[in-house]
Amino acid sequence: MSLSPAEGVALAEIESGGGAEAPERGDVVGRSPGRLAWIRLRRDRTAMVSGGMLVFFMLLALAAPLVEMLYGIGPKEQFQSLLDGFGMPLGYAGGVSGEHWFGLEPGLGRDIFIRLIYGLRTSLFIAFAAAVITATIGVVLGTLAGYLGGWLDAVINWITDLTLAMPFLVIALALTPTLVLRFYGEREAVSPAFGVAVLIGVFAVFGWTSTARLVRGQVIALREREFVEAARASGAGLGHMLFRQLLPNIWAPILVSFSLAVPQFITSEAALSFIGVGLSDETPSFGRMIYRSLDYLQTDPAYVFFPGIAIFALVFAFNLFGDALRDALDPKSSR
Amino acid sequence: MARFLVKRLFSATLTLFAVSVLTFLMFFALPRDPVTGMCPKNCNPERLERVRDELGLNDPLVTQYAGYMKGIVTGRDLGSAQGGHCDAPCLGWSYVTNEAVSDTIARVLPVTLSIVIPAAVLWLLLGVGLGMVSALRRGTWLDRLAIGFSLTGASLQLYFVGAVLLLVFVYNLRLLPVPSYTSIFDNPLKWASGLVLAWISLAFLFSAIYARLSRAQMLETLSEDFVRTARAKGLAKPKVYGRHALRAAITPVVTIAGLDVGGALGGTVITETTFGIQGLGRTAVDAVRAGDLPTIMATVLIAAVFVVLANVLVDLLYAAIDPRVRLR
Amino acid sequence: MSEVGTAPAEAEPLLRVRGLAKHFPVRTGLRGHSVVRAVDGLDFDVRPGETVGLVGESGCGKTTTGRMLVRLLEPTAGTIEFEGRDITHAGRRELRPLRQDLQIIFQDPYASLNPRHTVGRIIAMPLQVNGVAPAGGVKARVQELLEVVGLNPEHYNRYPHEFSGGQRQRIGIARALALRPKLIVADEPVSALDVSIQAQVVNLLRQLQRDLGLAFVFIAHDLAVVRHFCQRVAVMYLGKIVEIGDRADIYERPQHPYTRALLSAIPDVTRLGPGGRIRLTGDVPTPLDPPSGCRFRTRCWKAREICATEEPALVPRDGGGQATACHFPESGPVPQEDGGTAGTAVEEVSK
Repeated sequence: MSLSPAEGVALAEIESGGGAEAPERGDVVGRSPGRLAWIRLRRDRTAMVSGGMLVFFMLLALAAPLVEMLYGIGPKEQFQSLLDGFGMPLGYAGGVSGEHWFGLEPGLGRDIFIRLIYGLRTSLFIAFAAAVITATIGVVLGTLAGYLGGWLDAVINWITDLTLAMPFLVIALALTPTLVLRFYGEREAVSPAFGVAVLIGVFAVFGWTSTARLVRGQVIALREREFVEAARASGAGLGHMLFRQLLPNIWAPILVSFSLAVPQFITSEAALSFIGVGLSDETPSFGRMIYRSLDYLQTDPAYVFFPGIAIFALVFAFNLFGDALRDALDPKSSR
Repeated sequence: MARFLVKRLFSATLTLFAVSVLTFLMFFALPRDPVTGMCPKNCNPERLERVRDELGLNDPLVTQYAGYMKGIVTGRDLGSAQGGHCDAPCLGWSYVTNEAVSDTIARVLPVTLSIVIPAAVLWLLLGVGLGMVSALRRGTWLDRLAIGFSLTGASLQLYFVGAVLLLVFVYNLRLLPVPSYTSIFDNPLKWASGLVLAWISLAFLFSAIYARLSRAQMLETLSEDFVRTARAKGLAKPKVYGRHALRAAITPVVTIAGLDVGGALGGTVITETTFGIQGLGRTAVDAVRAGDLPTIMATVLIAAVFVVLANVLVDLLYAAIDPRVRLR
Repeated sequence: MSEVGTAPAEAEPLLRVRGLAKHFPVRTGLRGHSVVRAVDGLDFDVRPGETVGLVGESGCGKTTTGRMLVRLLEPTAGTIEFEGRDITHAGRRELRPLRQDLQIIFQDPYASLNPRHTVGRIIAMPLQVNGVAPAGGVKARVQELLEVVGLNPEHYNRYPHEFSGGQRQRIGIARALALRPKLIVADEPVSALDVSIQAQVVNLLRQLQRDLGLAFVFIAHDLAVVRHFCQRVAVMYLGKIVEIGDRADIYERPQHPYTRALLSAIPDVTRLGPGGRIRLTGDVPTPLDPPSGCRFRTRCWKAREICATEEPALVPRDGGGQATACHFPESGPVPQEDGGTAGTAVEEVSK
């Protein structure tokens, strides 16, 4: 990985050069492929709407404590007085009222709205962290396998096949309690952060294969292109080849796969919580809420409805945006 | 061809071997004594020690692994507490269910097959059909409807769809019985009515993905030269689309389908849990919860076998569909 | 053998190639590997400031040769010496100083420029990777290079997709010039361009060659372009050089039947009608299993028994300037009615 100091200087010079003169000679500064994609994205109504939704969700998640302050109810507060003798919320649609916008949980009587806000925070954090880690692993392994080829490629391919052959849900299910036991022993209380970390770790181990395959394919296609050979003929080292020549040309598909991986991890988190691993009840999360709510399917359908719709809206927005992004980055792909 | 097949099968075997070793290590290197999970109640130290001995847990790991693998290939003798001799595909004895694991698998495998195979037929027909129609009628309301359907489907959660279906068709309208499994050979009607909700929810979600994929593929193929040539030389539209374009467009769909079906055969954990049907997936989940090691091991291995076999099959199909693909 | 094809050796050759070969392993049938002999033993020299043309049909191994010269491909056998140093198997670090002297221009102006980089970055790339800091700064050097190849120096911030094919090829040339090389391997630099643009680019290369004293190995299948540009010409057939000599010798007094056939195939606008066109029959044999003896014998109208049994050596005739690998070389000039071959087409356009 030889990025010599001179190279850095040279780059800075080239890149900064345009800024000073650009205003007078607007036509001379070229439009980079990235800029063109951005312009296409800006013109796409679906992209803008779904992107706006995503920004809204993210702000909501980031500002969860603020929302709690304004809303006036915390995620752990219980309102037993508003439940009937069987633990079911009083009133219509699971206890929806001006005070409790989405009603109350049966049994514990916690406010569903504020738990959803905090659940959004957990889900988004896990999904983004897992997507960043898997994308990094996938890009590194995929580039190395594709560019260097040979036995390294064979080994990485085989590991990919192996990972794909492992039944993810069952292994995650079996591994999570094992890991928790290893670190905490039988009786100790497990910290919520640890649960989140284990989940992210499990996703990291199983989630990188698709990015790795994608990147490998792209790199193999680029490897024999003449501009890559030109760099090689100039004596470029591995670092320059990978980071300056190859990666800038494949960030578009990587970005698309990243944007489609995030909703997948949101879904997987929920699925794991649904089969009873994943997070403890301490940590509010979408999956956990749905898992609990299904017990009340017949008696309190509203409790199933709100988390179900929330997770659908979030994943839907991500999928819409990912699709629009793909179109903007690759105008040939049709929709 | 033969050479390719041999090579492919060899690498598949290697993968399976690695899966088995990994699973073995993962579960037998547990910090928790695996035996405690196997005799839940009234376990005195002597009984524990006896079980440990019967399971061979006092042997070195390599010996244990070798014994296990030998059991699968040739069968082996287990202690009398484990039902004596265990025939060829011997997967061990479960102290939790008190039966040979192979018997458990033989009981639950048909359940999973009954869920996955009809669902796969449904989702492939629906998904590919929808994708083709919307590609051919690009830009019309039909296309937009199909896109909307597939985006919605891809964003929905199986347990949510399942829950809604259950609520509407079983609890409110009472059109269908509570989902359960009956053998197709005993009562085909009951078999279908007990599983139809599982098929529909699986097919709904998967067909969304397939509609998207096959639409994109079809559009790409339609813009290629050979399709234009076929049209230009006067071939009728249905012939061009059916014979030339579909063939080329379906190749990636086959890949994904193979992997999806392979994966699903290994256990549709979420579906089985949602509808309360005891298939491979739910058996695996129960085994994990109970710490039932031999059953966990068996379910993981079977799932891996399905995935790996599906991979091999996809490679072969690929060559059959797309003559450009040469078997290396 | 070793002094083959070299004129009176006053100057030490810049590049000396001996017995250069590249065999690609391929898998055939059910089992067993065989090799494609893409390049099978080349000998030639390039002196400082000299332009050597490498011509032949597609598949004769000329591109493979070019890539081996700049060490993009590893030679199977033979040696490459640059300024007296053996660089045949030099590692990346040993090659570093050499990279500055030895550059390549590619055939496809669309594939040879990184679409994500600005023109400035593309041209500055060789400077960066070799850690060269030119006096006056990288930007000034890039702009100077843009000017040298006839592009607007203000365009360094643009992207390749904003340029035409000819302009892109000029960018590729500027990149090759960035390190002030002594030898440039030009791999069909104009064959992907329109004919009118071809002349401009060839003229640019010729001007650069004169102004900067560059040596060129110019790979092409177009004999007209080669005649316009190269001082010496080597004709390749199936991985071997069949004839090498000065431009005038090759074009006016070709001795190898294959060279004659190639020359007669140049479309000549000034002479319509069947004027002595030699039609070669049959296909080029597969390099997997080249014919015994003389490789051209399967398509040669003069082939006899000896051609199948004995491989003709590349031997100098007529006093050393020209060498031909043929048992029955032709003699005398090519019949020409008006003295003009297709070289004139290019020359006329360029004026």
